[in-house]
Amino acid sequence: MEIVAVALAALLAVACVAFVARPFLAEPEATDDSLAGFTPAELERLELLERRDRALAALKELEFDHRTGKIADADYDELVGPLRREAADALQGLEPFRSAAAAPVEKVDAPA
Amino acid sequence: MPELGRAALLLAFGLVVYAALAGGYAAYRARRRLLESATNALFAAFASVGLAAVVLLAALARHDFSFSYVASHTSRELPLGYTLSAFWSGQEGSLLLWLLVLTGMGSAAVVLNRRLVRQVLPWTVPILGALASFFALLLVFVASPFGTQVAPADGVGLNPSLQNPYMLAHPPLLYLGYVGLTIPFAFAMAALASGRADERWIVATRRWTLASWAFLGFAILLGAKWAYEEVGWGGWYAWDPVENAALMPWLVATAYLHSVMVQEKKNMLRVWNAVLVTGAFCLSLFGTFLTRSGVLNSIHSFTESPIGAWFLGFIAVVAAASIALILYRLPVLRSRTRLESLVSREAAFLYNNLFLVAFALTVLWGVIYPLVSDAVRGVAVTVGAPYYDFFAVAFGLPLILLMGVGPLIAWRRASLRALGRSLLWPFGVALVVGALLLAGGAGSSPAGLVGYTFAAFVLAAIVLEFVRGTRARHALGAGSWAGAFTSLVGRNRRRYGGYVVHAAIVLLLIGAIGIGGFATTREAKLSAGQSLAVGDYTVTYLGSEQRRAANAQELRARLAVSRGGDELGTVLAGKNRYFAEQQTSNEVAIRSDWLRAEDLFVIADQFNTDGSVFLKVIVNPLVNLIWLAGLVFVAGSLITMWPDAREQQRLARRFAEDGALARA
Repeated sequence: MEIVAVALAALLAVACVAFVARPFLAEPEATDDSLAGFTPAELERLELLERRDRALAALKELEFDHRTGKIADADYDELVGPLRREAADALQGLEPFRSAAAAPVEKVDAPA
Repeated sequence: MPELGRAALLLAFGLVVYAALAGGYAAYRARRRLLESATNALFAAFASVGLAAVVLLAALARHDFSFSYVASHTSRELPLGYTLSAFWSGQEGSLLLWLLVLTGMGSAAVVLNRRLVRQVLPWTVPILGALASFFALLLVFVASPFGTQVAPADGVGLNPSLQNPYMLAHPPLLYLGYVGLTIPFAFAMAALASGRADERWIVATRRWTLASWAFLGFAILLGAKWAYEEVGWGGWYAWDPVENAALMPWLVATAYLHSVMVQEKKNMLRVWNAVLVTGAFCLSLFGTFLTRSGVLNSIHSFTESPIGAWFLGFIAVVAAASIALILYRLPVLRSRTRLESLVSREAAFLYNNLFLVAFALTVLWGVIYPLVSDAVRGVAVTVGAPYYDFFAVAFGLPLILLMGVGPLIAWRRASLRALGRSLLWPFGVALVVGALLLAGGAGSSPAGLVGYTFAAFVLAAIVLEFVRGTRARHALGAGSWAGAFTSLVGRNRRRYGGYVVHAAIVLLLIGAIGIGGFATTREAKLSAGQSLAVGDYTVTYLGSEQRRAANAQELRARLAVSRGGDELGTVLAGKNRYFAEQQTSNEVAIRSDWLRAEDLFVIADQFNTDGSVFLKVIVNPLVNLIWLAGLVFVAGSLITMWPDAREQQRLARRFAEDGALARA
């Protein structure tokens, strides 16, 4: 029984080491081994995307709250303008990036 | 094959240490292949720990008493289900379960967020590796489940209290909750270490947090059900330190789930959310420390061991490192958005957070005070139920009110006039219910009357939210009323699932008040043929009987139950004497009436030599709503977690837009 256990343990160890070493075995001479980072421009773009989505979601929410009577007409009128401006500002800020992003987009994984 | 188990754990230890060190270096120096290698090490560690778990399960199933762990926690006569549940009944097994869940959940979270981890949050893998290293270290060097001995003829058996069906599910669910909180913590710290304070880590971990919180909440209720049936004092929650140990991280995680919505919608409370995630994780570690160290006297603590010091040290290191990282990244975390009004949804969330965290800290103080008192003054004291009950009411009632008011307030700003209009119906319903209850005699418990009035207010607010939302969707052309309702919930699962969870909390409140404020108790020594009247019930002692079960001798009092002249059958209450364990347990009789939502609870405290029996009989009104609340809680949690295709598409689009610029 002990020999079987030792053999199984050795097999497991070899398999694990091979799996851990796989990135180096598969690409012994990687041309680019650096992790993708973000430039200040990319970070700015990400921030704008978040601002845009946040403003659009807030507009949708405001609309629904108004419809369900949670928010009075006067408050709605007062709030909707700044939110629209915020969304428009974010969209305008994204404009310069649009041409840069015209290149084919890589396939990405949907977030969990 | 204990050698195989030991080897698998040693290998897992090496792998997670590699994941931490190589992953840390790769994240620091931005090395892609090394980070992929570290990630693979985390996956391989999961497989290795999985093999160790299989070895232990096989040893349990085969009654291999050459494993010290198997001999210490099982016996030949123990039924198979409980034999396998011994995996998490002992300290070494539960640590193995912790590591298995941690490496499994960590691997799954990394796989499901591959791009995020590789390009945006490379520190996730080393942080998960470092956290797993601690548990692997304990399992390899301090508390191995693969210790061996000369096999005895039989094992010492399992603690009788643990021989209950709820113990098959309660501990693993609790661990899924505790360990699950590692994922948002690891991603949050990785975001801070990477200097990325945007909402990506929140999006990536939203469902993990919700699932962990739901597991923890449901496990707490299963534990309460176990205590109700097995400990048998007639109550369901006793503010025991180990019960509180699970409640504290749940309260803090509840606060986080609310405040994180403010960050998503308004980009506020970023520092606060990082603190809450850290707090919830540290409290989950503290909970394990309390359960496993034996430092506190608890009906739920089944071990005393030297790992307490290790845990305390680990908690201190985690807390110190997290606080240092949060302080280091304060400039990135500071929000430029301010609260627009004190009457707004985000303000309501903030108030809710303050009450939840204050309650959690109060409970924490109650738990650690005996330790502090013992250390400082040398006087051992216990903090009793009155302390916790006081703060549960002081913080709980405003929280319940906020549960009703919060959903009716708009984001950003709401006029008092609009709020007043929204509150009119719930307020009216609460007044009517309060008046009816008062007329019905519920004034015997003023706290109960107030609680029920508040409960009516919240339920009316929830119903109003569904009604107004469905009407709005219908007006927008969502087809039939049923279609409008489905569309309403489907389009905002988090909000409406959250309301279902709120309804579960209200059910729990109603049940808790019922058992706490309106229970009827009678005690008497009865001889055969004598009766005892309790509430509407009459219990008649028919005599005692004994029988031999597989692993215990059962002694029971047979009792006939009637109500208003109707015979309702018989119940058996008594004690079990376990052979292998040489211990006795109380086996209460519970007759549940789901239509009246009440239980007849009978404890046969003492069997006398003259044939008489000392009985304690309790009528627990509305207690079944507590268990029903558990099911509603699960349903609400599932709705909130259910994938939303629209949101997935929106986020995928944003990540795609973002990815267009990110270098592959």
